Amino acid sequence: MDELLEILSELHPEIDFSTHTALIDEAVLDSFDIVSTITEINERFDVAIPADKIVPENFNSAAALWALVEELEDE
Amino acid sequence: MRINVLEYLDRAARQWPDKAAFCDAEEQLSFAALDAYSRAIGTALAADGHAAEPVVVYLPKSPKTVAAFFGVLRAGCYYVPLDDEMPRLRVELIIQTLAPRAILCNSKTRAAVESLDYSGAILDVDALCATPVDNAALAAIRAEAIDTDPIYVVFTSGSTGKPKGVVACHRSVIDYVEQLSARLAFDGDTVFGNQAPLYVDACLKELYPTLKFGATTCFVPKGLFSFPVKLLEYLNDKGVNTICWVASALTLVAGFGTLESITPTHLRTIAFGSEVFPPKQLNAWRRACPNARFFNLYGPTEATGMSCAYEVTRDFAEGESVPIGRAFPNTQILLLDEHNARVTEAGVTGEICIRGTALTLGYYSDPERTDAAFVQNPLQSHYPEKLYRTGDLGQTNAAGELCFLSRKDYQIKHMGHRIELGEIEGAAHTLPGMRSVCCVFDDVRKKIVLFYAADVDKAALIAHLKTKLPRYMLPNAIHPRDELPLTPNGKLDRAALKASLA
Repeated sequence: MDELLEILSELHPEIDFSTHTALIDEAVLDSFDIVSTITEINERFDVAIPADKIVPENFNSAAALWALVEELEDE
Repeated sequence: MRINVLEYLDRAARQWPDKAAFCDAEEQLSFAALDAYSRAIGTALAADGHAAEPVVVYLPKSPKTVAAFFGVLRAGCYYVPLDDEMPRLRVELIIQTLAPRAILCNSKTRAAVESLDYSGAILDVDALCATPVDNAALAAIRAEAIDTDPIYVVFTSGSTGKPKGVVACHRSVIDYVEQLSARLAFDGDTVFGNQAPLYVDACLKELYPTLKFGATTCFVPKGLFSFPVKLLEYLNDKGVNTICWVASALTLVAGFGTLESITPTHLRTIAFGSEVFPPKQLNAWRRACPNARFFNLYGPTEATGMSCAYEVTRDFAEGESVPIGRAFPNTQILLLDEHNARVTEAGVTGEICIRGTALTLGYYSDPERTDAAFVQNPLQSHYPEKLYRTGDLGQTNAAGELCFLSRKDYQIKHMGHRIELGEIEGAAHTLPGMRSVCCVFDDVRKKIVLFYAADVDKAALIAHLKTKLPRYMLPNAIHPRDELPLTPNGKLDRAALKASLA
């Protein structure tokens, strides 16, 4: 989780990603951010986030995104 | 002969009054409504004494914004599209350069306009739309118009930090729209899914052919470009059959395997450009849409839009680059070597130079940079004739097709946007305490990388850059260093920094 928070903080240092729960709904993350976050996650955690998991619900909070990473790591 | 783009709108409103012209999630405008709004806005501007001057259109992307563009043209003025997401500094520089007397806004952008150092008229576009139309006044304005009158000013990144305002005219836009439409075979059944912002020339591909053919443009909600499955569902749902997107938007879809879980059902024309399309993703798109035609487009803002096209008719191997093809009719592309001699041999590199009616008029209030880029054709000295030097290097292949190689300078293409790395460095330098800074583009990972030496932490630098630069120009990675390496003659060693990324 810390490594994920680090990836996100690089994009927006002023945001507290550990508590924010509306990253997409409030347009904190845009498509540039989503693409680079997915790429970073895929590289660092050795997973491949599939297209059908790239939906707003999985990106609204760091916690939701971390849950997705863990789910993919288990597969 | 067509001399004004308003002829497209006049005809569309007569022939297809009730057909949907432009739609987004909230609103749909028919050709008749678009025409009526443009006349109301044009009447109001003309009545206030605006003529032959830039009028800023500071509105979020919507069908009404298109009506505002045409309203400005009906008043005999030219439009300058600004975006509600542009950083404040950029907007201020643009307003300084233009010194406009009128800015159109709506309730969403009014506060931003009012906070500017600007003393001209601030006009609410929704209020202007209610103005009773004075067709006699509009006809009188039109009778005076000629086809070399300006139509818009769009701003591109400048290496010194000052954006350059490219001024296009009716004639250049008409030439471009006619040639592009013929090459890509647009027609009345075309349903465009627009991706490009309205403040760049890329949106011309949808706006004007929509009017020319009575076609329809759907403004794809921006948020969908983050979520590829939802994006394709949207295209299928709206019956979108034609997309002209930056390659990075198409790469996003193919890159995450989206095309294996959902198939685009209506797409028949897929055009891309502005940057390199990796063959792997292109091939995936071609397999997913076997009946669609694919076009690689190339052209600078200074030649209005796109200048040439290549139709993809075969698979490309990894590492192979897709040609940019052949110039549109009525445009000539020349390759010139360092002695300004024409390169005609295949496989020999030259600078891509463009001549033709599609050339724009130059940069707004900037004769120096205009003269540096729009030069006398060096192949003849007998009469004045302009040629635009793109700064791009290219060569022709054995089949006679033009191929893009690289830039002569530090300009890059990132997510479809043209960016001067110098502008990013300039913005970083405005932070107090900055000793040295160097921006490079990581060609492999497609990232803008900034190196800097200063007693400033990374978070403060990012926060600072966000106030100075558009979102798409923000570095994707930032590396603090104690000192930046220098070459033996004391210049920043870009090559060494770039090599450190490998």
